[in-house]
Amino acid sequence: MVLGTYKEVVAARSTDKQIQKLAQDGGIVSGLFCYALDEGLIDGAVVAGPSDVMWKPEPMVAMSSDEILAAAGTKYTFSPNVWMLKKAVRQYGLEKLGTVAIPCQSMGIRKMQSYPFGVKNVASKIALMLGIFCMENFPYESLRTFISEKAGVDFDLVEKMDIGKGKFWIETADQTLSIPLKETHGYEQNGCKVCLDYVAELADVSTGSVGTPDGWSTVFVRTDAGETIFKQAVEAGVIETKPMDNVKPGLGLLEKLATDKKTKAMKVIDERKAMGLPVPFKGSAEKEDPLANV
Amino acid sequence: MAEEKAKPRIGYIHLSGCTGDGMSLTENYDILAPLLTDMVDIVYGQTLVDLWEMPEMDIALVEGSVCLQDEHSLHELKEVREKAGLVVAFGSCAATGCFTRYSRGGQQAQPNHESFVPIADLVKVDLAIPGCPPSPEIIAKTVVAVLNGDMDYLQPMMDLAGYTEACGCDLQLKVVNQALCIGCGTCAMACQTRAVSMTNGRPEVNSDRCIKCGVCYVQCPRSWWPAERINKDLGL
Ligand SMILES: Cc1cc2nc3c(=O)[nH]c(=O)nc-3n(C[C@H](O)[C@H](O)[C@H](O)COP(=O)(O)OP(=O)(O)OC[C@H]3O[C@@H](n4cnc5c(N)ncnc54)[C@H](O)[C@@H]3O)c2cc1C
Ligand code: SF4
Ligand code: SF4
Ligand code: SF4
Repeated sequence: MVLGTYKEVVAARSTDKQIQKLAQDGGIVSGLFCYALDEGLIDGAVVAGPSDVMWKPEPMVAMSSDEILAAAGTKYTFSPNVWMLKKAVRQYGLEKLGTVAIPCQSMGIRKMQSYPFGVKNVASKIALMLGIFCMENFPYESLRTFISEKAGVDFDLVEKMDIGKGKFWIETADQTLSIPLKETHGYEQNGCKVCLDYVAELADVSTGSVGTPDGWSTVFVRTDAGETIFKQAVEAGVIETKPMDNVKPGLGLLEKLATDKKTKAMKVIDERKAMGLPVPFKGSAEKEDPLANV
Repeated sequence: MAEEKAKPRIGYIHLSGCTGDGMSLTENYDILAPLLTDMVDIVYGQTLVDLWEMPEMDIALVEGSVCLQDEHSLHELKEVREKAGLVVAFGSCAATGCFTRYSRGGQQAQPNHESFVPIADLVKVDLAIPGCPPSPEIIAKTVVAVLNGDMDYLQPMMDLAGYTEACGCDLQLKVVNQALCIGCGTCAMACQTRAVSMTNGRPEVNSDRCIKCGVCYVQCPRSWWPAERINKDLGL
């Protein structure tokens, strides 16, 4: 259960060459959104779009494949995507909305769907939530510190950032630099320290890079809605898959990282409780499974 | 013939509110007719039922806050508490005071009608459904949960009966200050007056727009977290 409930887990990637080029990993998010748009399964998707400031994303409603692709790639800082959902429904008039969400964003969305106190006409319009794995996120100024101060690279030259193999990677047109993840400690967002979800356990389909080789993604198909769309996309040849058992490093690494994240967060939660600080999740003593996302 | 289960008797009590909560209830077009004919009896309520004497009720939906200078309102609220099994603070005015928190008297024709408080300041409240107004969906879900005796679903609303001093500044005090904010933007999405925007991944509240409805904090995933319910709703 450390990876949440799921129907199927596979290694997968988009078969579209352009998506492969622009995407962070296997292009599952962009590939599935483009497919869902083409097929009319969604009429728009909230994604982390570009802003005037380099690497500082802004939530946007994408209604074409071009707009989906303009937002491809991971930005390791805040993009309050949930904020845009109401606008997408009210101002853009969308009826079948897609959205990409890191685990904590999916929590905001799912809670709103189960308890829509002041939120009229939004809960039922969310047709496809694609979750992405997340170990932690960083304030924008933290990113600047890694890139300008620690790696000594001009922000405007950065073409891709990635976390993997214990390092924070920075790619420009002509070089690839890295800083050890150890040096990023202390720069994470504080709220991440109590986060109990690594693999977007509440999404319809969740995906991330860990577990599969470069250019591929690990994909969990979780809900009925997610299964329907993912299967269709595979049958249409938009996504190609391989069994998870055939790829390296495989599910084992993912289980280890998810367990580490939850164990660490549980410790912080217990410390906070001991100090009398609020924690939204139930205490460890009250839990049957201390690693469950509750 | 199977014995018919008694239908819950529901009353709608209108204190210092705007009828918006009642309107939101009626926006459940698709379930309203079967609900009213087969599932519940609306036994009391101005705008709904022509009845002067307040009857016994299983559930009283109380809309609006209470004016401390209005004898009639005070009396009515006390009477509701005596006659209803469950008292529900229906909408943010009843639950948190909402924009009547800004009342300060000095207006014709009752310049001394100055002080408005959420109903829980005066009587015991069993459930709160904040929202200005609460969405038609949450009203429908609550009614269904009451009909099914689904106390698990209602538990957060019972807990919210104690959340009377609501404000947009709760986001800062109870989430950001407590190292819990994750910049998801749910609060900004939920705010019904667009008082919340996101700056550098943190909520920024325009206090001139805030009406103290409490919805932003209530919807924040870091205020309370109904894990079991969400998994159930998703079939996970
Ligand atoms: C903060 C953060 C931390 C992550 N940590 C891990 C990790 O520890 N392990 C792991 O395996 N994967 C992690 N990922 C996920 C990984 O980097 C890829 O996003 C994921 O594999 C999807 O790749 P893709 O090729 O399918 O997506 P693409 O087709 O490239 O699309 C990515 C989508 O994510 C959206 N997006 C980008 N940045 C953000 C953001 N900050 N907030 C919300 N949405 C955003 C984009 O708009 C786009 O729609 C993390 C992602 C983020 C944003
Ligand atoms: S670690 Fe958790 S709280 Fe932090 S950004 Fe990722 S999903 Fe959100
Ligand atoms: S809803 Fe999200 S952004 Fe708003 S206060 Fe809560 S955690 Fe922060
Ligand atoms: S900020 Fe908005 S949602 Fe929060 S209490 Fe004020 S008006 Fe209500």
